[in-house]
Amino acid sequence: MAKNDLLGGSLWDQYSNKVTTLMNNPQNQGEITQEECDAAGHTLIVADFGAESCGDAVRLYWEVDPASDTIVNSKFKSFGCGTAIASSDMMAELCIGKTVQQAVKITNIDVEMSLRDTPETPAVPPQKMHCSVMAYDVIKKAAGLYLGVDEASFEDEIIVCECARVSLGTLREVIKLNDLKSIEQITDYTKAGGFCKSCIKPGGHEAREYYLVDILADVRREMDEEKMRHAADAGSHGDFEGMTLVQKIKAIDSVVDESIRQFLIMDGGNMEVIDIKDSPDYIDVYIRYLGACNGCASSSTGTLYAIEATLKEKLSSKIRVLPI
Amino acid sequence: MKVYLDNNATTMVDPAVTEAMIPYFSEIYGNPNSLHTFGTASHPAITKAINQMYKGIGASDKDDIIFTSCATEANNWVLKSVWIDKILHSDKNHIVTTEIEHPSVLSTCKFLEDQGVKVTYLPVNDQGIVEAHTVKAFITEKTALVSIMWANNETGMIFPIQEIGEICREKGVLFHTDGVQAVGKIPVNMQEVYVDFMSMSAHKFHGPKGIGALYIKNSQHLTPLLHGGEHMGGRRSGTLNVPYIVGMGQALEMATTNMEEKIAMIAAKRNRLEDALLGALEDVMVVGDRANRTPNTILISIRGVEGEGMLWDLNNALIGASTGSACASESLEANTVMLAIGADNELAHTGIRLSLSRFTTDEEIDYVIERFENAVKRLRAISSSYAIVQPTAGGATLACHIHH
Repeated sequence: MAKNDLLGGSLWDQYSNKVTTLMNNPQNQGEITQEECDAAGHTLIVADFGAESCGDAVRLYWEVDPASDTIVNSKFKSFGCGTAIASSDMMAELCIGKTVQQAVKITNIDVEMSLRDTPETPAVPPQKMHCSVMAYDVIKKAAGLYLGVDEASFEDEIIVCECARVSLGTLREVIKLNDLKSIEQITDYTKAGGFCKSCIKPGGHEAREYYLVDILADVRREMDEEKMRHAADAGSHGDFEGMTLVQKIKAIDSVVDESIRQFLIMDGGNMEVIDIKDSPDYIDVYIRYLGACNGCASSSTGTLYAIEATLKEKLSSKIRVLPI
Repeated sequence: MKVYLDNNATTMVDPAVTEAMIPYFSEIYGNPNSLHTFGTASHPAITKAINQMYKGIGASDKDDIIFTSCATEANNWVLKSVWIDKILHSDKNHIVTTEIEHPSVLSTCKFLEDQGVKVTYLPVNDQGIVEAHTVKAFITEKTALVSIMWANNETGMIFPIQEIGEICREKGVLFHTDGVQAVGKIPVNMQEVYVDFMSMSAHKFHGPKGIGALYIKNSQHLTPLLHGGEHMGGRRSGTLNVPYIVGMGQALEMATTNMEEKIAMIAAKRNRLEDALLGALEDVMVVGDRANRTPNTILISIRGVEGEGMLWDLNNALIGASTGSACASESLEANTVMLAIGADNELAHTGIRLSLSRFTTDEEIDYVIERFENAVKRLRAISSSYAIVQPTAGGATLACHIHH
């Protein structure tokens, strides 16, 4: 939010002229009949995507020349808002003249780019990107019907955000490499979740198989586990500063057991480690004196220095020992 | 011809209202709380506006009507202050409201839920209203407040406020009603209903934007939302918005004078429009019985025509209407009212709201009938719902996977 967002602006003002023109006068709106195709010796393919109850539905018609697999004509029918009609129209336009195998490579991003007036200005506002996704989905469906294969076979990766076409693999990698901690960061880095928002978490416009919140949680957990493993390795290699808290306490205890406690016990005292606090410059070890040490004059001077010196020598020069 | 049929969103300020307001900008501009005559010069006009307000809704002299910046403020005030007064400092923890309240009630309820308050959102029946016995069934010993709108903005359906008020009185529960869509449109008389708090907004009845009011029965306690000076008895601080108070009073008086006549006039035009659309178009449905609807409102569902597409075509014909359907809103949600009344999911994205005012003319209605039919014809010609050629075997969509 800032000055330019205060009014919000009109949704319709953000549509490109091409979107507006096609909405008012779609060029490829209509149907292709079996009779027309039979007369030309062509194959008719009709595919649906979406449903009225979703708020968006499109029916795509292809007239395909079986000799070359070329789409010689393409039309659409759409139950949808203005951008859905304009996107469907552009989709049909992009299909014409392509082979089915080429058409399958058309994405919603191609449709949206073709609807732009200038290359750098989006054709529709973010929440409307969703409308062009249907174009991509219905083409896959039509191609599957024509080629007699499952439409899923055209996908070589799992797409989490369909609006921005961001794959699961990309998301996992970007989260890990950049140590991302929030959904906002993911959107900033990948654009995923920046459009219809369905992929962010359950309960949005559309149910999804993968949600950004789950992916983020999974990757963060894996990263933590990796860190733990790393720390465990560090422990066995004697890298005190890289250890987890529990490992640090164990390491200190073992040094105390080996080199300190016996001297305290000889004087009728003892000690225990209470807590450890990490800061960039110091590792503060809080201890409590027991028995005769408690109240002994040396406990805050000589004995303390001895304990600290031993821990520093054996574990880390950053250690400070603080009796409480 | 330009036709404005979005009067449930806001209305034109009646030129007579504007005229009444003008002197209080640059001529009589003193602060009413000042002692000098610059300030006190505004008192007669404010007193007149207060009288117009009390008369307009039949408030008793023992009641308070406190001017606010808008009805959103009034709704926030009641919900948040009842939370402070009755929930934070007592053993009550529950609010009853409906699924189809205005966002200023629903969002505030969600906020209160985050603070630990339990909120029941009552469903509406197929007429789009909550029945009184439903309200009764959900009031518990823990209930502090019932908040139910008088009339719905999308459907115009009028809720049984009198019966609900009686139930709240019996149960000893505070009752707030968002009267924004009722006041100035239908008779609202606080002597005939038991209502503790009622929110109002001037710009819904040809008054200016930026001014609303809260009716408070018997001047009962309600912790202020805005603390500050001792304006309006300390109930709502902020220098009195004199011209807008004058405008609100004037607008309410004009809306409620000869109200039955005004209602009959608007309803006649509304009914003619509704009958014409229902007669000319197949597969259309209007939500709610006319008899129990605000006289200016039509929520019509047109099978096969998505709401935003319809608005687009109407806008091209210079007709301003409204939709709560998916694609016209940021959130992409289906029309909550349509879903709540249990309409087919297919219809949830096809609602168009036409809302008239006393300024709507017969010529405008004729024009809208013609253009509306044209728009439906064009969009149905594009619509997949009306396509003839059926999908290739295996090419049909099986189910919608979209959440509502």
